[in-house]
Amino acid sequence: MTILRELLQSFLTFLERVGLLARFALQLLVITPAGLLRVRPIIEQVYNTGALSLVIIMTCGLFVGMVLGLQGYDLLTRFGSEEYLGTATAISLLRELGPVVTALLFAGRAGTALAAELGLMRATDQIAAMEIMAVDPMRRVVLPRFLGGVIAMPLLVSIFVVVGLFGAQLVGVEFFGVDSGSFWSQMRSSVELSDVREGLIKGVVFGIACSLIAVYEGYNALPTAEGVGRATTRTVVISAVVTLILDYILTALML
Amino acid sequence: MRSTRTIDISTGLFVLLGFAAILFMVTQITNREFSLTSDSYRLKASFENIGGLKPGAPVSMAGVTVGRVEDITYDMKLLKALVTLRIDGRYNAIPNDSDASIFTAGLLGGQYVALSPGGSEEAFKNGDQVEFVQDAVVLENLISKYLFDSAAKKSEAAPASAPAPAAQE
Repeated sequence: MTILRELLQSFLTFLERVGLLARFALQLLVITPAGLLRVRPIIEQVYNTGALSLVIIMTCGLFVGMVLGLQGYDLLTRFGSEEYLGTATAISLLRELGPVVTALLFAGRAGTALAAELGLMRATDQIAAMEIMAVDPMRRVVLPRFLGGVIAMPLLVSIFVVVGLFGAQLVGVEFFGVDSGSFWSQMRSSVELSDVREGLIKGVVFGIACSLIAVYEGYNALPTAEGVGRATTRTVVISAVVTLILDYILTALML
Repeated sequence: MRSTRTIDISTGLFVLLGFAAILFMVTQITNREFSLTSDSYRLKASFENIGGLKPGAPVSMAGVTVGRVEDITYDMKLLKALVTLRIDGRYNAIPNDSDASIFTAGLLGGQYVALSPGGSEEAFKNGDQVEFVQDAVVLENLISKYLFDSAAKKSEAAPASAPAPAAQE
């Protein structure tokens, strides 16, 4: 009986959190048009979430591409069709690996930074101080961070994909001697514009989801050292799970 | 906090890099050799069987992509598959007795429509019907044809030997 009650309780807590998150998202949506006009803080946040994530995104993109080149080459030589290596890597990077891995890295690199920053602002009463001064912390602090993440994410995805392709080219063409002409021309003849569109749409959606979760968790963190730590952890965990669930839904929608 | 100038420069660099990557994806990776211009025109062709032809498949002449399959529907009057081809405006002098066939690109490749030019002086116009068509080759039909042919040959051979036991009676 107590187990049932506990389950019911945790289910209700889950519902409550979803409801709170939805309300938070709506609040952000309402103030977004006005917030877009204040360019300065958004640029700062694009720098924070995007430009500072560039090195890790490029490194990981390179290695993911190289692994794809290696695995793809090994698999495709069994069928004697190495020339499809370009197609295989391009499609898997554009449609799946690019957006998903970038979103996971984004949650780990930028999402945690956002959550910890906002959580610390909450813990050190900076947010309360703003409210006292009649400055809306949602407009002033939360919105630019959210928008910065949303803008940075598709750009990061594109950079990841392109760097990954060159990684695959490095392994396939330079190391294993796949013909460079067929690598690129096969890719060009079978990759459609809709594949690029799918990747970019996923990038935007994951950007919205990960940034929203990060600012929500940070903004609503318990004002203690432990609370900030927990908010950071939750950001990564929830972002990763939501990204993968959304990925399935988006793929099913766009296939 | 670093100076705003550094932030601006690196943000600008990041955004430029991002857009360069998008541009690269759109122009270098995807198939942009052939994009339909606005002065393209449509042709129709009715096939008994289109096999695995899909909308978006290329229409080629002598291996050069000249258009795309725009739409595939089933015509209830003719009881045939009605394929709408969209041909690029640059190729506006295709003889109107050209024939359309459905071929498979490579062993595992997708199917495409090949136009081979006829000898007519007149060119196809928008909305014209391609009169001469050749259906997709369906592997199962080929196999069953081969099987039935060899069965028929056997039964042709059989009557010759059949009378022998009958004569014994």
